[in-house]
Amino acid sequence: MLEIRGINKNYGAHQVLTDVSFTVGDGRMTGFVGANGAGKTTTMRIILGVLASDSGSVLLDGTPLTAGDRRRFGYMPEERGLYPKMKVGEQLVYLARLHGLSPAAAKQNTNDLLERLSLDQRAGDLVESLSLGNQQRAQIAAALVHDPEFLVLDEPFSGLDPIAVEVVLTVLKEYAAAGAPVLFSSHQLDLVERLCDDLVIIAAGEIRANGSREKLRDQFSTPRFEISSAVDAGWIRGVDGITVIDFDGGEAVFEADSDAASQTVLREALSRGAVHSFGHLRPSLATIFKEVVQ
Amino acid sequence: MSTATEPRRDTPARTRATHTAPSFWASVWLVSSREIASRLRSKAFLISTGILLLIAVGSVVAGGILSANTSTTQVAVVGTASAVVGESSGLTAVPADDVAAAEALVRDGTVAAAVVPDDSLLGVSVIALDSPPSDVMSALSVSPAVELLEPAAQGGFLVYLVALGFGLVFFMSALTFGSTIAQSVVEEKQTRVVEILMTTIPVRALLAGKVVGNSIMAFGQIVAIALLVGIGMAITGQRVLLADLGPAIGWFAVFFAFGFVMIAALFAATASMVSRQEDVGTTTAPVTYLVMLPYILVIIFNDNPLVMAIMSYVPFSAPVGMPVRIFLGTAEWWEPILSLVILAFTTAGVILFGSRIYRNSLLRMGGRVTYKQALRG
Repeated sequence: MLEIRGINKNYGAHQVLTDVSFTVGDGRMTGFVGANGAGKTTTMRIILGVLASDSGSVLLDGTPLTAGDRRRFGYMPEERGLYPKMKVGEQLVYLARLHGLSPAAAKQNTNDLLERLSLDQRAGDLVESLSLGNQQRAQIAAALVHDPEFLVLDEPFSGLDPIAVEVVLTVLKEYAAAGAPVLFSSHQLDLVERLCDDLVIIAAGEIRANGSREKLRDQFSTPRFEISSAVDAGWIRGVDGITVIDFDGGEAVFEADSDAASQTVLREALSRGAVHSFGHLRPSLATIFKEVVQ
Repeated sequence: MSTATEPRRDTPARTRATHTAPSFWASVWLVSSREIASRLRSKAFLISTGILLLIAVGSVVAGGILSANTSTTQVAVVGTASAVVGESSGLTAVPADDVAAAEALVRDGTVAAAVVPDDSLLGVSVIALDSPPSDVMSALSVSPAVELLEPAAQGGFLVYLVALGFGLVFFMSALTFGSTIAQSVVEEKQTRVVEILMTTIPVRALLAGKVVGNSIMAFGQIVAIALLVGIGMAITGQRVLLADLGPAIGWFAVFFAFGFVMIAALFAATASMVSRQEDVGTTTAPVTYLVMLPYILVIIFNDNPLVMAIMSYVPFSAPVGMPVRIFLGTAEWWEPILSLVILAFTTAGVILFGSRIYRNSLLRMGGRVTYKQALRG
C-alpha cells in the first residue's frame, strides 16, 4: 500500500499542495482527478522523489519510500519524452538496464512489451520517426519495461487513439489484478469512472474527495429517483414528500424526502400499470467532480 | 548509493520479479556507454575527429620536411678557393675550370655565387649576379666564439609552435566535447526524457555518466593525437625533438584528464539551466571563455616566464601552461605535481558546485534558470 501523508509544497509564496493525504491500495486502480494546475503532477513528482516536499511523507507499507523502492515504480511523466535519435528497442533496453535488469532480461522484456503494444515492427526505428500515437505507446512501454511493482502514470491516455487506449487499459488492469497499486491521473472522467476502484479528487492543491468509487457516488448522491412506466406520470406531483424534477409522459425524475415516500411512488405506479424501471439516480463522476471542485 | 542491501518488501499479492538496483558506478557506466555510443554514431563527430587527426599528422610531416630542407647553397669554386669553401658548412663546392666558367655558372643560375681566388687579404672574392649573397657571405665569415651564460633549452619559434600546439589541442578538445555534453544535457531536458532518468538513477550518476563518457572520448582523442604525433616524429626522423617533447606531452595528457573533467562539469551545469538547444551558446559562454583564455594567453605570452608561471598554476590554464614550461625546462620537478594537486582539488570543488546547479535546474523548464535559483534549490 502506498500512502501519501500530509504533503505540503510551495513555490515561493505560492502554496501548490496543502496537506495532501490519500492512499493507493494494493491491486487498486486509483484515479487522480483534478483540473489543470490543481497539483496532480506536483503530487506525482513528489511520490517519485523527483521533487522534494516541504513537509509530509510518502510511505510504502508503512515505511518511508527509499530511492531503492522508487526504482521499482513505473512512472510515466506528464511531460512525455524519449531520446529522439535512439532506436525504440535500444531505448527500452537502456531504460530497463538503468533499472538493474540484466542485458538478457532487458531484451526479453522489451520484445514482449513491444509485441503487446503492437510496436514490434518499429523496434529498429528512431523514436523521432514514429507517429505521435506510436510515440505514446513507446512511452508507456518505457514506464513498464522494468517489471515495475507500482505504477504512477500522469495522464497515460492523453494522445492515445481509441485502440491504444484499450491496449493500455488492459495492461493496467493486469497490473492491478496482479496486486500492484496503480495511480493514474486523467482528464477523461468517463474513462476514470469506468476504470477506477478508487478516486482522489484534487482542487487548488487540496484533496476534496477520496475513497472508493461506490462510496463516493453514495456520498454525493441526492435522494433522486427515476421511474419509467406505461402510464402518464403526472400523478406523481400529487404524492406527499415528492418533488418532481423532470417528467415526460411515462418517465419522471423526482426527489423524495424519505425512502418511504419513494416507495409509495413505486407502489402507486405499480397499481396504475406496468413499471419498466425504477431506480435511485446516482451521480456520475463528472457531476461529483463539478460539485466537489466548486 | 547502492540499495542492493535494502530488504525486499514482497507481499504475497506482488508476484512480479524484483530486480536489484544497479550500483552507483554501474549506473554511471551505463550512462557513459550510451553517451559514447551515440557519439560514435554521429557522422559530424567522426568527420571532425578525422580532420583533427589529419591536421596533427600533417603538421608533423610538414615539420619533418621543413627541417630536412635546410639544404646547402651551391657555390662555384676556382682553384685554391675550394680550400676556403670546403671548410665552411652550408656550402657545397662546384669546381669550375676558371673565373669565366664560374661566372657562366652564376649567370645561368646553377650556383648562387662563385668563389674565386684573388690577391686580397682573405685570398678569395665572391662573384654574384645582382645582389650580395648574404648566406654565402655569412658562411664564409669568421665569427668569434660565443659563450652563453644561460642557454635557452629550445629555440624561440619552436617554443611558439609547441605552445600553440598544446593550446590548440586543449582548446579544440575541451570545446568540442564540452559543447557535446552541453547539447546532450539540454537534449534530455528539451525532450523531457530527463524526468524518467531522474526517477531511475540518482542525478549525480547521470551527471557523472555524462562527464565520464565524454571525458573518455576526449581523452581518447588526445591520446590518439599524441601517439600519431610521436610516431610521426619518429618516422620523419625528428627523434631529438621527440625526446624533448615526450615528457611535456605525457604531462599534458595527465593535466588534460583532470582539466577536462572540470570543464565538462561546468558545461553540464550551465547547460542544465536552459531548456532549448538555441540557448546553449548563451548559457555556456562563460565556460567557453574560460577554455579560450589559456589558448590566447599562451600564444601572446609564451616567452614571458612570469605569465607562464602563473598560468601553469591557475587550474583553468594549467593543462596548457605547465606542459609548455616542462618543454622549456623552466619547471622544477615538483612544480607539475603541485599544480596537479591544485587542479585536482579545484576539479572536485567544481564537480560539487556543478552537480548542485545541475540537480536544481533539471526540472525547471521554460526560461533560463538563474544562478540564484540553481544554487539555492
